[in-house]
Amino acid sequence: MVLIDVIVILFLAAGIIFMFTGVIGLLRLPDFYTRLHATGKCDTLGEVLIIAGLLLYHFFVYSPGAELSVKLVPVKLLFLIVFIFLANPTATHAIMKAAYKTGVKPWKKGDARM
Amino acid sequence: MNAKSGKGFGILVTFCAMFLFWLLLSGHIITEEGKLDVLHVGAGIICSAIIALISHDLLVKEKGEKMLSKSFRFVIYLGWELWQIVLANFDVAYRVLHPKMPIDPLIIEFDTSLRSDFALVTLANSITLTPGTITILVDPEKGKFLVHAIAKKPADALLVDKTMQKKVADVYMEW
Repeated sequence: MVLIDVIVILFLAAGIIFMFTGVIGLLRLPDFYTRLHATGKCDTLGEVLIIAGLLLYHFFVYSPGAELSVKLVPVKLLFLIVFIFLANPTATHAIMKAAYKTGVKPWKKGDARM
Repeated sequence: MNAKSGKGFGILVTFCAMFLFWLLLSGHIITEEGKLDVLHVGAGIICSAIIALISHDLLVKEKGEKMLSKSFRFVIYLGWELWQIVLANFDVAYRVLHPKMPIDPLIIEFDTSLRSDFALVTLANSITLTPGTITILVDPEKGKFLVHAIAKKPADALLVDKTMQKKVADVYMEW
């Protein structure tokens, strides 16, 4: 059990670190487009790592000997991971396209911060 | 394979996928007495059949041409893609946490040979998830992509090396 705890904590910690980097990027980067780089990528991996940690914990701690509907919870978490991989980049495109079509100017090197 | 049996195949595949999805989400297959749970499984069959009849053309667009080998190539591609996502996150983390922030954003444009919806979506999402680039616009008729890159190096990976375009074209066999 201790081994599983360590692995799950590592997954959760890695996820939180990536989410944290995303937040720092959101605050530090200069314009709309570059900020989407930080949120679009770090959020995807951060969320997936956190869900993967929860999945492992449930699979090894709650699943053995439980009834079928409890055993299937990791499968539902797996579906969540797939949907995040599909939905997160798509939402990023949608925001990016909306910004581009409404004429938000991209930041160039040497410009002042917006 | 004529058009009619192609349609029947599409309905069958959609029905199986939907029903499997229903069973995995509900988990009520066997009752506490050890019998088949007729109410829940029956409701699942009815719902999956209705969905398959109405919207089978969304999931299976053309006839099942080389579907198996395409799916197999896609799974291999997914492994490479996952590794690229990890690299992308370290890349963003490095650029964000570096005191001088080594960024030099630019917008690039390139053409591809891809035409089918699945191939275009795969490439667009892959570009967004890999280091330093995000798709802005896709023109499905000409296969044209407009991409925002955070620095010169990730832009060159798409413009000069074209590794990702080649890989996606290999998966969907649309050179």
